[in-house]
Amino acid sequence: MTPEWYAVIVASLLCYVIKLAGHSVPHRLLDQPLVLSVSDYLPIALLSALVAVQTFASGQDLVLDARFAGLAAAGVALMLRAPFLVVVLVAAATAAGLRAAGLAA
Amino acid sequence: MRAAAVPGWHQERRAIAVNAIGVGLATAAYGVSFGAVAVSGGLTVLQAQVLSVVMFTGGSQFALVGVLIAGGSVSSAVATSTLLGLRNAFYGLSMAPVLDVRGPRRLVAAHITLDESTAMAIGRSGPGETVRAERFAFWATGLSVFVLWNLATLLGSLGAGLIGDPRTYGLDAAIGAGLFALVWPRLVDRRSIGVALVAAALALALTPFLQPGVPVLLTAVVAVVAGVSAVRDRATKVEGTP
Repeated sequence: MTPEWYAVIVASLLCYVIKLAGHSVPHRLLDQPLVLSVSDYLPIALLSALVAVQTFASGQDLVLDARFAGLAAAGVALMLRAPFLVVVLVAAATAAGLRAAGLAA
Repeated sequence: MRAAAVPGWHQERRAIAVNAIGVGLATAAYGVSFGAVAVSGGLTVLQAQVLSVVMFTGGSQFALVGVLIAGGSVSSAVATSTLLGLRNAFYGLSMAPVLDVRGPRRLVAAHITLDESTAMAIGRSGPGETVRAERFAFWATGLSVFVLWNLATLLGSLGAGLIGDPRTYGLDAAIGAGLFALVWPRLVDRRSIGVALVAAALALALTPFLQPGVPVLLTAVVAVVAGVSAVRDRATKVEGTP
């Protein structure tokens, strides 16, 4: 089995077990102020970190390239309450446009 | 039947179904990007599809693929996607009493427990709404998203094979933008914005020193600190109330 398959299968099963646990475990295990509060912030921290890394990291190097312009354009689209598809397309089009024009890597 | 006694149920059910399809179509846009990004990043079409069928939770899928593409280890990819999936347990916690299902139906209900299905169900839980509407919103949205998400993934992953270098089309920028759109609605107060900024800065600061994937994982600490301080703040407020 390739490492990719290993990651795909193990992570998929874990994600399902988590979903099932929410429906199955006794309430008192999860329904606690601290657990609920941390679980509110966990997606915010991880998603924001992923946004930053996906935009500025290239391996272990930090770079400023067309992805940053794409993210900035996405931010403007989000502020204008654009739907998901528009946000993603605006980002991709901005990065693609700058690369096509030779203005960014 | 009591079902017929509630006026307007047919209209309400139709409205819920239309919303469910709308939400499904909106997530499909993300599904296309997921399929395209996964395959252009080196996963096979089958691997992308297994993720959409079995993992079936967009943030975790993108996280897994993102970490793998960035050269992260299998364990940090699995850990990041699992941590991101933890929120689904809390959705299940709030949906279980509403759905009240056992056996195979509970296994299916667990599988379609997502941001979207939970949000649409909670949206039907206000005054004047029925448990039936809440349940229908959950099932309709979950199933609609499942079907459209998977079709979209296939479309994106097959399409990715045709277009060549994904950077030419800005697909690498689309990953960050998609994740940004996922976190955006969660940035509702100063503390959540603070968590976002600190986590982003911490991940970048650690990037040069650690294997790809690990910096993102470590930002879970920021969530723990914010969670503890939020609970303490609330406790102080309660004590301070005369």
